[in-house]
Amino acid sequence: MAKMLMKGNHAAVYGAVMAGCTAYYGYPITPASEIAEAAASIMPKLDRTFLQAESEIAAINMVYGAAGSGCRTMTASSGPGISLKMEGLSYCAGSALPCVIVDIMRGGPGLGNIGPEQSDYNQVVKGGGHGNFRNLVLAPNCCQEMCDFTKLAFELADKYRNPVFVLTDGVVGQMMEAVEIPEPVNSIPDRSSWAVYGTPLHKNLINSIYLDHDDLEEWNRKLLAKYESAKASEVRFEEYRMEDAKIAVIGYGCVSRVLRNTVDAARERGIKLGLFRPITLFPFPEKQIGALPTRGVEKVLTVELSTGQMVDDVNLALQGTLKSDLYFRLGGNVPSALEILDRISELYGV
Amino acid sequence: MEKKTVLRKPKGFLDVYKHKPGAEKDRTHYCPGCGHGILHKLIAEAMEDLEIIDSTILISPVGCSVFAYYYFDGGHFQVAHGRAPAVATAVSRANPDKVVISYQGDGDLAAIGANNILQAANRGENIAVFFVNNAIYGMTGGQMAPTTLEGQKTTTTPYGRNLHTDGYPIRMAEIIAQLDAPVFVTRVSLHNPANIRKTRAAVRQALQNAKEHKGFQFVEVLSTCPSGWKQDPVDSMKWVEEHMIPVFPLGVLRDSSAEASVITRAEPIVDPARVIEKLGLAKGPSVTFSRGEIAPEYSKMSIRVAGFGGQGIMSTGQILAQVAMEYGYNVSWLPSYGPEMRGGTANCSVNIQDETIGGAEAVNPNMVIAMNRPSMEKFEKALIPGGSLVYNSTLIEVKPVRSDIRIFAVPVTGLADELGDTRVQSMVSVGAYAAVTGMFKSEDIVGLLPQVFKGRKQEIIDLNARAVRAGYDFVKNSF
Repeated sequence: MAKMLMKGNHAAVYGAVMAGCTAYYGYPITPASEIAEAAASIMPKLDRTFLQAESEIAAINMVYGAAGSGCRTMTASSGPGISLKMEGLSYCAGSALPCVIVDIMRGGPGLGNIGPEQSDYNQVVKGGGHGNFRNLVLAPNCCQEMCDFTKLAFELADKYRNPVFVLTDGVVGQMMEAVEIPEPVNSIPDRSSWAVYGTPLHKNLINSIYLDHDDLEEWNRKLLAKYESAKASEVRFEEYRMEDAKIAVIGYGCVSRVLRNTVDAARERGIKLGLFRPITLFPFPEKQIGALPTRGVEKVLTVELSTGQMVDDVNLALQGTLKSDLYFRLGGNVPSALEILDRISELYGV
Repeated sequence: MEKKTVLRKPKGFLDVYKHKPGAEKDRTHYCPGCGHGILHKLIAEAMEDLEIIDSTILISPVGCSVFAYYYFDGGHFQVAHGRAPAVATAVSRANPDKVVISYQGDGDLAAIGANNILQAANRGENIAVFFVNNAIYGMTGGQMAPTTLEGQKTTTTPYGRNLHTDGYPIRMAEIIAQLDAPVFVTRVSLHNPANIRKTRAAVRQALQNAKEHKGFQFVEVLSTCPSGWKQDPVDSMKWVEEHMIPVFPLGVLRDSSAEASVITRAEPIVDPARVIEKLGLAKGPSVTFSRGEIAPEYSKMSIRVAGFGGQGIMSTGQILAQVAMEYGYNVSWLPSYGPEMRGGTANCSVNIQDETIGGAEAVNPNMVIAMNRPSMEKFEKALIPGGSLVYNSTLIEVKPVRSDIRIFAVPVTGLADELGDTRVQSMVSVGAYAAVTGMFKSEDIVGLLPQVFKGRKQEIIDLNARAVRAGYDFVKNSF
């Protein structure tokens, strides 16, 4: 379809609508509110559900109800709201319900501010709520990906019957770019074996209680197997000028866009810099990052808008062969390409 | 013919409690003398008699009734503490033709989930709520509930509930009844056969309304908790009558069952062709305009537009991006978002280039469009050598200081005022940009205006077209 200029936040809603999302439950928060606003505008045109919930907690529990009823369903928020949703997320994962959550990260902790940050990484990528569960996490860095990854998130949510996050920052949510809306899906996968439809044939049970210790252990092992299977088949990443790179910069979201400029500027100075951009944050591209030293990479610098959250995963992936350095900005500040290049020159004497 | 009394389980219950772990799959987990069993039976009977067993979805909360799904036939959700009304809301929206029951206790409904029940009631959700008020937390071992009576001893009020430190017992039915949306709100009790019969009638009224999709039904049921109260079942029945009913008076608080309207919801539209049609999505080519000759210094643009809030700063940037998109460029637009855009200064970054766009913020732009003095002073410095500064000479009385940049003094506000509307400043700026860079033809921009101002009057579109030409012609004639 023809390209339209739109905000990343709006693009996420188009991705959801084209994926067959029939129920949106949300609550206003900057810088994610345009997602709820776009859903409020679009969903009624298709006789689909939009409801502004009384709280973030209610919104995620409504998602639980809609998902259990067999709908493709979503919510969206930013840091403080995501914190509130954590209990509900744990229930969604514990009851194996497919759902999509978009998190447009802002500055924290506490009320923080509304500038872009990447400090929800740990709470979103590591699970956040109680119990042994993981969220699958996609990290778009442009408006087209906001649309495409939100659509993909619904597919992955169904494939793994698990919550899937679209995790990005205020920059990507608020910026506008040309977006080509994908074709709407024809149908969604059959969920009659587990969804509650309130019909004689589908008197299913949505539940996360396993009183018997052995039963709960078995259920947790099943969840673990599911996450291991996602690790085997869902890793996504992107490389830029990595072919002969001696130094790799690693970043996601809006940072990965700036790093692209850093790489170009470095190459003009003859510095062999390349960009490795994780697209899935869980499953994390640990094998690919672990293999960087064998490809001739001698130095790794992780750049993020947090005091060092993703860098822990980078270092786990490197398994001690190299130790990633860290450069970060906070509070809504985004580093410039040259600021990062200066840091690289200083760190590595290039 | 003589009617025979048949003793059997109502069909609203499952024959075998298959979800219940352990060997005892024919009896409940409730304590002797507990009211839950009686209320369960009244609901199960009504489900059978109203023929809704195959269309009921029951939400089990956290509390003693966490295992309600063991017993009832129908579809089931077990949910987080207090959130049953939120879950029920979504279940009902997804299944508008079904009967959705939210079964909750007093801690669940009146403490941790108080806002959820109020808001679901206020929205008039199509659900039936059975609220078991036994003045205590049963499941967790007898702690204070919001409905615990004054002086009542619980494990967390070992000296009795103190109104000054613990507050008053909360009357949920009265609170719900004063909202506009609920249809049927009543309080009943299970402490003797006469009241059980009244409870039976209330349960049936609520479920009949639910079957007819008549909105929000709320039945508060005073119930016993011999274990939590540390009384025997007989004493606990008396305790309800002597101590609870004076605080929680029985009776119908609201009943508009007869006149309540039936809630219906349309089927969601999911057919791809209809989705595209309903959303008015355009198929067809993405690139509308063909490019002219462009000087190399203007072939890749990083632009900062800045000025006062209300000067159309954001829309200037958006229109630049939109027009460039129609020429087949990659474009990005990034606002300075948040409170600062609601008054004070505003700025946005636009990138226009054929290569993939990296960072969206125009940190070192090659074009600054400054609409007021603070903006010019802030962003003139950021321009790369050889970059272009277009400044609003109507409002900026000082001259730019740099000599290594190209300077275009354009009376943007003045040109807009001459056209009779200050609000068209954005289009004057866009026209000026087109003339400075040679990137856009002014008539291409004009051709795009009906799309930009979709749904607006023709005179608005014409006015903006004049503004584009005014900005464009001024630059062409002056520099």
